[in-house]
Amino acid sequence: MTEPILTVTDARKQFFGVEVLHGVSLELAPGSVHGLVGENGAGKSTLMKIIAGVHRRDGGDMRIDGELVDFGHPLEAAAAGVATVFQEFNLLPDRTVAQNVFLGREPRKRGMIDTKGMCRSTAELLEDLGIPGIPPTARAGELTVAEQQIVEIVKALSVGARVISMDEPTAALADHEVTILYRVIERLRERGVAILYVSHRLKEIFDLCDTITVLKDGSHVSTDPAADLDEAALVRRMVGRPISAFFPDPDPGTEIGAPRITIRSGGNTQLDGIDLEVRAGEVVGIAGLQGSGRTELLEAIFGAAPFTRGSLEIDGARAVIKHPRQAARRGVALVTEDRKRTGLALNQSILDNALLAIRSVFPRRTQASRAEIPGMFSSLELVSQGNKQEAQTLSGGNQQKVVLAKWLAMRPKIVLLDEPTRGIDVGAKVAVYQLIRALAKEGVAIVMVSSETPEVIGMADRILVMRDGRIVGELSSDTDEESVLAVATGAAEEVQQ
Amino acid sequence: MTARTDSRIQTVLRALISPKGAVYLLLIVLLVSVTAIHPSFAEPGQLMRYIQRVAPIAIVAIGQYFVIVSGEFDLSMGSLVTVQVVVAGTLVGQDDSRTVPVLLLLLVIGVLVGLVNGLVTTRLKVPSFIVTLGMMLALYGGVLWWTGGAATGNPADSFRQIGRSGIHDLPVIGLLPWSVLILAAVVAIAAWLSRRPFGKTLVAIGDNPSAARFAGASVQRTKTMAFVLSSMSATIAGVLLVGYAGVHPSVGQGYEFTAITAVVLGGVVLGGGRGNVWGALAGAFALETLFTLLNFTAVPSTMRSAIQGVIIIAAVAYAGVIFKNRRAPAAVASDPPDAPGMQQATGEAQSTESAGSGATRNHNTKEN
Amino acid sequence: MKALIAKLQRLDTTVIVLIALVLVLALSAILVSTVGRNLLSPGNIRDILTGMSVLGFVAIGQTLVILGGSLDLSVPYVVSLTSLIAAETMNGRTGMIVPGVLLALGVASLIGLANGAVVTFLRVHGFIATLGVGLILKGYLDTTYKGTAGQVPWEFQLFGATGIGPVPISTIVMLACAGFVGFLLARSKFGHHLFAVGGNAEVARLSGVRTRRPLIWAHVAGSFFAGIAGLLLASRLGVGSPTVGVQGSYDLLSIAAVVLGGTLLAGGRGSIWGTIGGVAIFAVLDNLMSVMQVNPFFKDMVRGAVIILAVAVYSNRRIVARRERFTSSGREVPQLTEEGAR
Repeated sequence: MTEPILTVTDARKQFFGVEVLHGVSLELAPGSVHGLVGENGAGKSTLMKIIAGVHRRDGGDMRIDGELVDFGHPLEAAAAGVATVFQEFNLLPDRTVAQNVFLGREPRKRGMIDTKGMCRSTAELLEDLGIPGIPPTARAGELTVAEQQIVEIVKALSVGARVISMDEPTAALADHEVTILYRVIERLRERGVAILYVSHRLKEIFDLCDTITVLKDGSHVSTDPAADLDEAALVRRMVGRPISAFFPDPDPGTEIGAPRITIRSGGNTQLDGIDLEVRAGEVVGIAGLQGSGRTELLEAIFGAAPFTRGSLEIDGARAVIKHPRQAARRGVALVTEDRKRTGLALNQSILDNALLAIRSVFPRRTQASRAEIPGMFSSLELVSQGNKQEAQTLSGGNQQKVVLAKWLAMRPKIVLLDEPTRGIDVGAKVAVYQLIRALAKEGVAIVMVSSETPEVIGMADRILVMRDGRIVGELSSDTDEESVLAVATGAAEEVQQ
Repeated sequence: MTARTDSRIQTVLRALISPKGAVYLLLIVLLVSVTAIHPSFAEPGQLMRYIQRVAPIAIVAIGQYFVIVSGEFDLSMGSLVTVQVVVAGTLVGQDDSRTVPVLLLLLVIGVLVGLVNGLVTTRLKVPSFIVTLGMMLALYGGVLWWTGGAATGNPADSFRQIGRSGIHDLPVIGLLPWSVLILAAVVAIAAWLSRRPFGKTLVAIGDNPSAARFAGASVQRTKTMAFVLSSMSATIAGVLLVGYAGVHPSVGQGYEFTAITAVVLGGVVLGGGRGNVWGALAGAFALETLFTLLNFTAVPSTMRSAIQGVIIIAAVAYAGVIFKNRRAPAAVASDPPDAPGMQQATGEAQSTESAGSGATRNHNTKEN
Repeated sequence: MKALIAKLQRLDTTVIVLIALVLVLALSAILVSTVGRNLLSPGNIRDILTGMSVLGFVAIGQTLVILGGSLDLSVPYVVSLTSLIAAETMNGRTGMIVPGVLLALGVASLIGLANGAVVTFLRVHGFIATLGVGLILKGYLDTTYKGTAGQVPWEFQLFGATGIGPVPISTIVMLACAGFVGFLLARSKFGHHLFAVGGNAEVARLSGVRTRRPLIWAHVAGSFFAGIAGLLLASRLGVGSPTVGVQGSYDLLSIAAVVLGGTLLAGGRGSIWGTIGGVAIFAVLDNLMSVMQVNPFFKDMVRGAVIILAVAVYSNRRIVARRERFTSSGREVPQLTEEGAR
């Protein structure tokens, strides 16, 4: 076996005194693809960020070609030949492909930038990757997501990256685009680049990777050649604990009542043929891969990106929802997946954030709600320095509790939850689960989207699986992760539909 | 002195040197300086005249506050002041009976201008800087065109009394100018509004329009309302200025920038989401007191603007640079930090599993 | 067919501005001919081009500043100050033309440096920083000058007064400057990095761009070109004037011209030729209204309306950010295939 380019030994990282990475080791060899898998919160992202120079490790060491390195900034990592293709792109949409690729390192000729040379080199790099179709003079913003991703890879290669880590690179890609990426990765492998590949899609991991490392709860579980593993074994290692322990059982007093919301053949540019009925007291889980349309479904119901086809009924009455305001008026709440972008006004106090929805939608009820909020905060076990604390200074879990309080103050009838436990600690997760149960008992209809399949299985009364903008399967709550994944990836067509 | 009062004093001091509190400290220092140089300044009667002088700019600043805190600009305020002054001067003439109808007309003009500013900004998605700049040119050009370039005419006394006169023969203060009462009313309404759901939603919209929309707020309606408030305040200031300064096309000139200066001086952040009415008010008073102080000193009056320039840069730099390091928050709980900037530092989403990230990815696609 | 639509969608804003300019010209020519005059007569062309040059210089500089994500509100005072510095230094002496020009432009550049430093090092919003610097200059001007001052020699007046055929020298110089700046934007590190910093400073920084430099240089250039505009005005007036900049509203009009030319007010996208197009549209409209003997104050109303309308048109041509999966009737949108990757 060849010498590894990058070795990480016993890496540790803590945030605010809590260790989230307990000594993880990794070796990346040239010309190989190393898969990194694990559930959310397993420490994959933290490890990737340490390699990328975003975070500094607190313990252990990292070497490139045997030399100890310590990156304080992504630029230092790049200089050492380590590039990372993040989910959020680092491209300038208004600049051309070539300008993006060579930003900060423009080639010069007689003092001026050699634009022709820049385009030529970009074209060559693209051709090397087997993607001759992207014109170097196209603006990055006009490319598809897949093409943008390739441009990022080209940018990494043009710096001379020998290690490229990719964070869920297929997350936003359609199936046919994934094959393009596969081909690019194959080329990179031939060129002797070491690749760290983080993905939830096990099929891809097995398609691409030579070696697979499993992380769980911040610890290293195993590193084995892919050939020695199968999906079942991998999932066992990733999950490795009884799921049920976390999830509170439905309250015995919970009754499934009349349909709260009914959608018939709903569709827009992202969704099609959506038939959905959620009853009072019911928790419906939505599973599916990245980009399968889960968030779009919630946003359509909520009116943020409304349905343009089909019909929608709330409590048996036809409803037109074209704006979140109309949804909220009718008792629909949406806890969005991105707290910072769409959940909170970060400079405002937590009290103001908690009152944001009620003030906007039912201003007359503001006073009454204001009195309730402190009690709501404490029942959610929110830890803060007082109601005037700015939302941005809270931890993720506590921020999420503020978002939940914002909607609870409205006394919603239908609660849509998009990744409600993303980026929050176990304690806060359990609080969210208990809240879901309590709401269900009160007759609230709940739709929950989550990438953590165990969470969907553990919490939902039934599970709808989405793929490519459609609901493609329905599973009962006693299903297992493998079955959900099989439907989500299309491996098992249309179970029980 | 007990430890407790000590810490209370510390708290007050800390608040005073914070970016939000600095304007009050500045105002106190300026007021003390003026009084020291000119002790009669502190006499009640003088004080009333001083407030009367500040009233128009303070009212305009309060109007501008609502627009700025929502993340927009209103550059048309100065022109609107001019328009209102000239319209009043021309239409009222020497006929006292026209005072009320013309006042109503001014209000209608004010509301209309605010509606146009707001609707074009929110519906057509034109940056408010450009919309209100266009409005500024159109209003100014329009009023000069209408009056043929030379606005004349002093409106009837009853109209001018609003800006000039007040309640006479009061004990202690003597004259209580209408301006002061109107300013007090405007401040009261503004303070009330900013505590209302409207005011709070407006600040939240300036902070994060997406979050506000996802909470059910109508961003268009709320912002439009802010523009209407701003135009209304320019109208009120115009009415006061008719009496105070007379009718001339240059009356409102530069008011928009002075108002923005005052608002920013008061700790309101350009771009929205931070600041309060009291800060804007204090900013206007501080600015005007500064000018008063300069009048008492040997500094030529023409240097006023230079000092204004230095102060505004210093104030913003103070808030931006000195307090940059104080933003490091004390996260109270123990799960991984969620402070802004940590993840954005690399432009990477915290959301490692973001569905529909096609939208997120192109999120930085700019809109004109 | 799809490619054609895509191409139209991609149509550069600069091209749209130039098309708009041609339309405005055509329309104006027709209107002018109704009163029995010729818009494109040499004399009138000369008037239009003369009207373009001062605002053109200021707008070239303003374009750079706006592309970098900042603003320059100090230009009117820089214009006035440089006209005074030049006129006073020259004071009618031919031999002092070169020192006068150099001194004026040097001072202008230093002001730009101050603007840039306040924006980048003190992290003050460009709006506030340049408003503040502008006010400081205003204070100085108001205090030092009570009226026009100095005198430029006859030779220097030629800069503003002569031309080749109907084309004034000043316009040629202005267009040459625009060409040079356009070249810098396309081919220099400064240009590339300026776009990057204006587009997304964080992305630029992570790509190894030193983010302060291009912005500082943009501010220096902004004031420098305002300085040239001041020199041109001094040459036309024969004297330096402390109010000539403010009278021309060069701050707001130049921003309007830049935005009219398709440059994004927030920075990162735009072009110098779009700006020149925007300036030309203003000049043609001004000229049209003069020839038609429209009330001069009515002009401002028209300008205001044109600015808002034009920007509204651009704003509504936004690129669709999200990949569409289904058409409005629910049919699937064909997705990119392996072979068809463009």
